[in-house]
Amino acid sequence: MAFLSYLINGISLGAVYAIIALGYTMVYGIAKMLNFAHGDVIMIGSYVVFCVVSMLNLPVWLGILISVLVCTILGVTIEAIAYRPLRQATSSLTVLITAIGVSYFLQNVALLIFGANTKAFSSVVPLDAVKIGDSLTVTGESIVTIIACIIIMIVLTLFVNKTKAGRAMLAVSEDKGAAQLMGINVNKTISLTFAIGSALAAIAGVLLCSAYPSLTPYTGSMPGIKAFVAAVFGGIGSIPGAFIGGIILGIIENLSKAYISSQLSDAIVFCVLIIVLVVKPTGLLGKKLQEKV
Amino acid sequence: MALINTLLEVNHLSISFGGLRAVDDLNLSIKKGELYGLIGPNGAGKTTAFNLLTGVYKPNEGIIRLDGKNITGLKTIEINKAGIARTFQNIRLFKDLTVLDNVKVGLHNLYSYSTLSAVLRLPSYRKVEKQMDKRAMELLEVFGLAESAHLKASQLPYGKQRKLEIARALATEPKLLLLDEPAAGMNPQETQELMSTITFIRDKFNLTILLIEHDMKLVAGICERLTVLNFGRVLAEGSTSEVLKNPEVITAYLGE
Repeated sequence: MAFLSYLINGISLGAVYAIIALGYTMVYGIAKMLNFAHGDVIMIGSYVVFCVVSMLNLPVWLGILISVLVCTILGVTIEAIAYRPLRQATSSLTVLITAIGVSYFLQNVALLIFGANTKAFSSVVPLDAVKIGDSLTVTGESIVTIIACIIIMIVLTLFVNKTKAGRAMLAVSEDKGAAQLMGINVNKTISLTFAIGSALAAIAGVLLCSAYPSLTPYTGSMPGIKAFVAAVFGGIGSIPGAFIGGIILGIIENLSKAYISSQLSDAIVFCVLIIVLVVKPTGLLGKKLQEKV
Repeated sequence: MALINTLLEVNHLSISFGGLRAVDDLNLSIKKGELYGLIGPNGAGKTTAFNLLTGVYKPNEGIIRLDGKNITGLKTIEINKAGIARTFQNIRLFKDLTVLDNVKVGLHNLYSYSTLSAVLRLPSYRKVEKQMDKRAMELLEVFGLAESAHLKASQLPYGKQRKLEIARALATEPKLLLLDEPAAGMNPQETQELMSTITFIRDKFNLTILLIEHDMKLVAGICERLTVLNFGRVLAEGSTSEVLKNPEVITAYLGE
């Protein structure tokens, strides 16, 4: 029974990673860049919920809604100001380093406004823990997180494959130039991708801070990096890959915390990344790299 | 001044890459409904001319007018909206999308519904998607691709991929269709089929077609007028039969 409870917690943690990883993977798939500031958007989103719900005592749904709005606008703004001017840059390193700069910028802005003290984040999940059998309890947060992740995956998959905007995304992801010549607005499509990724980051932030209720300006950075690992693990650029990568990573992390060592769990997670990259460089569901001759 | 029945008017178009003048003082005047050929040896600047016409490159000099409207220096999407669509020499389909979705990408700007209605799958979303499916299937039928609609584009045989590229370009409802070596890699029978398809779509969709081609049978068979480029400059222009008899053209093509 203990194993089952570790497993469920792992899946729940993995579901959060999966939601964050979607942001990485979609941006990479479509804009061909790694947005290392993604984790910090989560942190900003969590502070917004904290302010609205804990400080202003407004209802939770309003907090989540405002947080999603703020993050969406933040993501689109970051893309427009920091990344778009670099789209023609000859080296992809330029934009990667810019992303790291944006990440530090967001952390330090949060540090300035909210200080370095840990804020106690009260869970926004109204659901009580559910007892299954004698020894297995599943927290409300776990249930909500897993359900949210499944809904997001389904909606996003349908959106990308069955709508005009989704098709435009897939077209831009395959061939920016050809898409443009067919009348697709590449800037708008990339903006939309950032908007979706950042909105999901806000939701991930709420879920993460509800399960692990402490909030600092660095809250987003570790989950952000792990979600990036999850995205690479599943095959960066692939939406189902982000889902599978996230869940597997969450399970590995939680089981190694439980059975091996809680201090070593992060090391184990990153070891898994290294092994996967050695054995299968494109990740579990990643596409074969196409060499242009 | 552009005549009323001139669709594309190009004056003194030039572009240099470093010291190389890839296109040098190109003049073109293509009438509405015309099937016009742009030919020349490899490296003559034909594809560069296409890239200038579609806004991929910005010209150093010169003016491009489409239907009397100056489109020089516009962005590629704006030029597409103004009415120019193209295919590519090395096929550039969206390989992982289905054949149907490739055409639907071309339809992108002609249909609209809000993103919210798409997320919530409202009736307005379903209705418009259905219209798009119908229109895309009509186009695929013209090219005999209807049965392959749900295959991935990469699963199509080569000849059909070329046809799908034309269908996708047509989906954007262009006035002027640019075909970059449409017969490249096709066998004589496929080329024959392609020739009748090209004349057929010209009539059916009221198109003006400008094509680059090396297959002289195709050029002589369907083009009404030609411009020959050599080293970026116009070597000859005129009706197809005259141009193909021109000794300078023969020398440039067949070599010394």
